[in-house]
Formats: sequence, C-alpha cells, structure tokens
Amino acid sequence: MVKALYMSISDCTGCQQCEMACSYEHEGVFNPAKSRIKVFNFPEEGRNVPYSCTQCADAWCMQACPVDAIYINTKTGAKEVSDALCVGCKVCTIACPFGTINYNHATGKVIKCDLCGGDPKCVEICPTPALTYIDAEQTGMAKMRLWAKKTDAGQAAQS
Amino acid sequence: MSWTKKILRVNLTSGTCVSEPLNMDWAKKYIGQRGLATKYFVEECDPKVDPMSPENKLIFATGPLTGTAAPTSGRWSVICKGPLTGAIACSNSGGFFGAELKNAGWDMIIFEGKSAKPVYLDIDNENAELKDASAMWGMSVWDTEDALRAARGDNDIRCASVGQAGESGVLFAGVVNDKDRAAGRSGVGAVMGSKNLKAIACRGTVGVPVDDAMKFMQAAGAAKQILADNAVTGEGLPTYGTQVLMNVINETGALPTHNAKDIQFDGASKIGGEAMTEPRESDGKANLVSNAACFGCPISCQRVSQMDANHFTVKGQPKYHGKEGGLEYEAAWALGAATGVSDLETLTYCNYICNEYGMDPISLGSTVAAAMELYEIGAITDKETGGIKLEWGSAEALAKICDQTGLGQGFGKEIGQGSRRLCEKYGHPELSMTVKSQEFPAYDPRGIQGMGLTYATSNRGACHLRSYTVASEVLGIPEKTDPLTSDGKPGLVKAFQDATAAVDSTGTCIFTTFALTMDDISPMMAADSEGGWTSETMMEAGERIWNLERKFNNDAGFTAADDLLPQRMLKDAAKTGPAKGKVSDLLKMLPEYYELRGWTAEGVPSNETLARLAL
Repeated sequence: MVKALYMSISDCTGCQQCEMACSYEHEGVFNPAKSRIKVFNFPEEGRNVPYSCTQCADAWCMQACPVDAIYINTKTGAKEVSDALCVGCKVCTIACPFGTINYNHATGKVIKCDLCGGDPKCVEICPTPALTYIDAEQTGMAKMRLWAKKTDAGQAAQS
Repeated sequence: MSWTKKILRVNLTSGTCVSEPLNMDWAKKYIGQRGLATKYFVEECDPKVDPMSPENKLIFATGPLTGTAAPTSGRWSVICKGPLTGAIACSNSGGFFGAELKNAGWDMIIFEGKSAKPVYLDIDNENAELKDASAMWGMSVWDTEDALRAARGDNDIRCASVGQAGESGVLFAGVVNDKDRAAGRSGVGAVMGSKNLKAIACRGTVGVPVDDAMKFMQAAGAAKQILADNAVTGEGLPTYGTQVLMNVINETGALPTHNAKDIQFDGASKIGGEAMTEPRESDGKANLVSNAACFGCPISCQRVSQMDANHFTVKGQPKYHGKEGGLEYEAAWALGAATGVSDLETLTYCNYICNEYGMDPISLGSTVAAAMELYEIGAITDKETGGIKLEWGSAEALAKICDQTGLGQGFGKEIGQGSRRLCEKYGHPELSMTVKSQEFPAYDPRGIQGMGLTYATSNRGACHLRSYTVASEVLGIPEKTDPLTSDGKPGLVKAFQDATAAVDSTGTCIFTTFALTMDDISPMMAADSEGGWTSETMMEAGERIWNLERKFNNDAGFTAADDLLPQRMLKDAAKTGPAKGKVSDLLKMLPEYYELRGWTAEGVPSNETLARLAL
C-alpha cells in the first residue's frame, strides 16, 4: 500500500513541532527555516496551514531536473533528491507549481520532503490529528465518515 | 550547547550593536531567560536606578530550551527595573518571537541608554542594526508589525513592539509580540518606550542545536506524552483555555469582584470559557473561533475570537471584525468581574485594545475597578472623569476608559498610573488592591490562602505566576490542599516559587507543570545543555534566582513592610461562598515563610543563606 502525508488544516494549531522534527531528522538541528514542511499562520483568519510536497504522480521537479537527480523511492513513492547527483541548478524549484522544493545554500543542493523513508517524523510529533500518514487511495475516508455521520443525524441539511 | 553563547549588546545612546560571549559560569548557575538575565541585570544596574531613566537597562532573554523541540519552547522574557513597582520586573511571553530570536543565534539582547529619536532594532541572524522608527511612532502594535514587514519586505519576520501605551508612559504598558502575545506585567513596555525603542524585528534561520539530540528527543517525547494524557493540559486548556477557571474559581469563592468588595460574581458564567463557546443572542455565532498554539506548544491554550461586528464597541471599525486573540481568564476577570461588567463582547473588545495599544489587562481592569469604587464613594466625580459615569457594571464606561488609557487621553492618563497612585491621589490608599504597587490578579487571598502569601512575597509585586498554589489548593496538583487553611502554605509557596523560577528560566511555559514534575523537565535540560542538570540542581538554581531577585529589591529599598496585603484582605471578611467569614492569614504565614527561606525576621536573606546559594 502506498501511503500519503495527509494534512487536515482545521486541526492545525500552528505550533511548528513538525518543522522541528523535520529539521532535526534531516539537518540535526532544530531549525524551522530548514524544514521540508512549513506551517503558515493567517492570524486574521484564525487559520494555520501546514504545507509540504504532495509527491505528485507525474512530478514536475523530476521531469525538469537536467541531471536526473530526482528519483522515485519504490517503497514509499516519494520523489527523493540524490545529493550525489544534484548540481544545485534550482530548475526544479522553478518547475514545482507549489514551491515545496527549495535550495539549501549551506549544501548547494535542493531539499524536499522524502517522507523520512516511510516513517514521517512530522506525523509522529504532531500533537493533533493535523498530520497523518495514511493509505494514499483513501485520504478522503475520514472526511467522508464525518459527513456520513452528519447525514445520519440529519445534520447535513442544517450545516 | 543549547545556549547560543552569544549576547547582543545594544547601546541606544551611541547607536551601536555589539556581540559578546555569554558568561557560561553564570549560565550554569542561573539556567537562562529569567534567572540568567536577572543575574546580568543585577550585576550591571544600580538597584536605586530610576526605572524610566536611560540608566535602567532592558533585557530580552531566551532560555536554553527556547526554540528546541521541547514542549512549549516558545517562551522568552523581558527584564528591567519596573516603573510600576520599583522592583525587579520580569515579564514572560510566548508566541513566536522568542524562538525566532534564538534561531537568529542570540541568547539575549541587552539594551542600554536611550535613543535620541525613535528607533527599532532589525535583526537578520548575526546582523543587527538600529533603524529609524519615526514613521512608526504613534502607531499601535498591530500597525507597527505591518509596517515592519513592509519595511523588510519579509512576511516571515517576528516582531515585539510597544504601542501607544508604552510610548506615553502608561506604567503597566507591556511589550507585545506576534500581535496578541505579551510580556504584559510590571510596565516593561513603559521602559522600552522611555528609551525611544519602538520595536524589534527579527528573522532567524541559523537553527538551535542541542547537546545530545537522541536523548533530548526521548525526553521531550516522554514529556509530550504526559502533557497529552493529562486532563488539564490535554483537555481543559485546549478546549476552554485558561478561561476554564472562571466558573471554578467563582464557585471556590475566590473571584475578587467589585474591587474585591465581593468574592463571587453573579455574572461569572456569562464571561467564562463555556460562555465563549455558546451562540450569541445577537448574531447566533460563538465568540470563540478556535484555539491556537505558541511556538512548540502541544497544549494550545490560546483563544482566537471573533466579535459581533454590530456590537457598539466595534461597529463601523472593520479592523476589529476579523479573528483576533481572545480573552484569557486573567483579562476576563480583571476587565469583567473586578469591574462588574458581564458583557463578553465588551470584554473581548477591551482585551483587543490591550494588545493593540500594548497594555496589561490585569493592571488596567484592576485600576478601573479601584476608580469605580472611588466614584461610588464620591472621591472622584464626573468632573475628574470628564463625564464618564464609572458605575459598577457599565460596559460603556469600561470601553471608553480603556480606550482613553491606551491612548493617554482624558482621565485615562490617571488610570495609566496604576491603582496605588490613583487611590493615593484621591485620598483612599486602602482601596488599592496591590502589593508593591502592582495590581492583584484573579484569585482572592481570603478564599485561597496560599495566594495571599504568593502576592505578598512576589518579587515583582502582586502576581499569580510566581507561585501558582491554586494548582494545589483548587485543582489538586500535585496534591490537594485546603484553600481555606494557611497551615503548610509557607512551604508550599516556597516550593512553587523555586520550581517556577527554574522552569521560567529554561524557556518553557509554566503551564507544563500542571502535568510535568521537575523529574520530567530536568532530563530535557540535561540532554539539551552542558552542566549536568538534575531535578536537585534545577530546584537549587530556582531558589538562587528567587534570592537574587529578593536581594535586588532589598537593595532597591524594599523591606518586610512591603510584603503586605491591603487591609481589606486582612480585616474585611469574605461575605459569601465557602470562604464566608474568612480573612487572609498572611501575618501568621509570613514569619514561617521567612524562616523556611533562611531570611531574617526583617525578610532579608541571611549571610548563611547567601553563602549556601553561592550568591
């Protein structure tokens, strides 16, 4: 089963623990600026939105890479960057429509979410249900269940 | 290792910013943040210094756990001599600014002197520069943050600033960061304003390394699990915020009402946490929108509120119609129960403008309550108030006077001097519910005996956050004690004071201690920072910090005579509730407390105590 990193925006409190777990896992320090997942605060809207790579099936970053440094991890389906091959040209950062692949000046390579090899640390550390790692073909189940329950109770028409 | 070991020293008179190494001998004795910054302050500042003079210093400090993956790692503090009290002031805040400062590579910023013109400090990692803030002078905190982001062209900076209240010398002005988080108490914002320092804008991308990362993640993970499983930190605070307390404390019979003439408020249920979740009569929507977290916090007690756009306080003013930081228990009590106002929307508005203008809602509400009593007895009249009818429970009067106070207008100028000065001016010092000139928070010492000793001995004036014995006396944490007896309270207060000083100094939130003991916290410190930290050395550091603060206050001129509660607490018995007939047993508790502390009968740390703590 291929799994996906799933983000439930309404559950995010904006604490940034995910960013610390991510930067620690990949860089060995707590540094939100080096995290592959980012939480954006929109205080006037009372909303916090976590954002990261969605691992596109037909990944634009991978297609754009002139040296084939981006490859598919066959176990997780994650598009990963080979530091040995990456030349830091940043074309992938332009190709990605979502901005979730970024250049790291310290190493001269690009960085993106690699799903931690199938054990995403951001999910492990998240104190709320905002981040889950679930069946990629069933990401809508929780939402469907919620709405189905409302239908049962006759609430759907009211909400 | 998780100190960055760098201090930024900013001389506002000469306009220089200099990096210097952290004194590691001090760090290993005073931990960081509150403790370590106080050590620097005491070493560098004359205790007799005029708080509003250029000679007072102002320190912004993070702790060794700030910016790490420790739960609640967003805490930081502002330290100076406080203008409201004349005592050491240390005001603690959350949000995101502190972690950003740490991520930029700084343990502390020490401000000295006074700038000739308004400036702000612009920090981009190791680069720090004072810049002209003339265009921002007169702006609110909210507008200042927008202006700083525009000036930098960077939405990701984090800001701490003063609003109009800090500029105009409101003695309980706070420093506000991230729009609605505040180092609120004791007037640290007035000191910042007196230095012509408008704001700090910070971007930090350096990161925070720890000593033994593997051990640290294990200790932090264990602590997070305890917080998640605990009823207060895992459920009560996320759901209702600190406002979970309003009905609880009212039923305990310890909710100071009408300037503490009463001890229970019949409007409490209309202004508490539960009320915030209920649909309003006016528009059918709830005041509360959601909770939110400070940096690194799994508890998420912050309130996000949205007012009814047609409420009289905000009608036609779109800037208040969005979602903003909502009421916490202390603000709802001070602006509400203390003044008798039970309109949740008015209290929400007043709380908004406390964030916007940069004021402490506790001191503000308490001072307005004192003014209402002065008005009731005729000591002040419409002539002094400029026609504002300061009657108990008047939402209109409250909104108007809060606005005037923040903007330094009309009778608000007198409210801005705090309750002690106001009541003295109008001939009734006994009506000021203060200790060391700082206003009481939301627990009545007659109904919760430990809090009387807490207020009386707090080193920054009346304060609940120096030894929150409510945890034991009401909530049963770590074990239940009877709130109506003073037996055993001196030891309880001392233990809470020392533990709190240590936890504050780490850069984490005191709310964790509803669930965590020092044995849960010290392993994080041990893995985070060199120094071989244990629960014992943490508690000893806490006691050392407490005595250092006390010694500064003694040297500043405070004596045992200042460890006193208002006569109302000692003579006027509670009229209703479980504490009916009780007064505070302070005078019985104080001698025992001094003895436990190793202080003389005059409240001065003995030479043996100072030597034992290596002070």
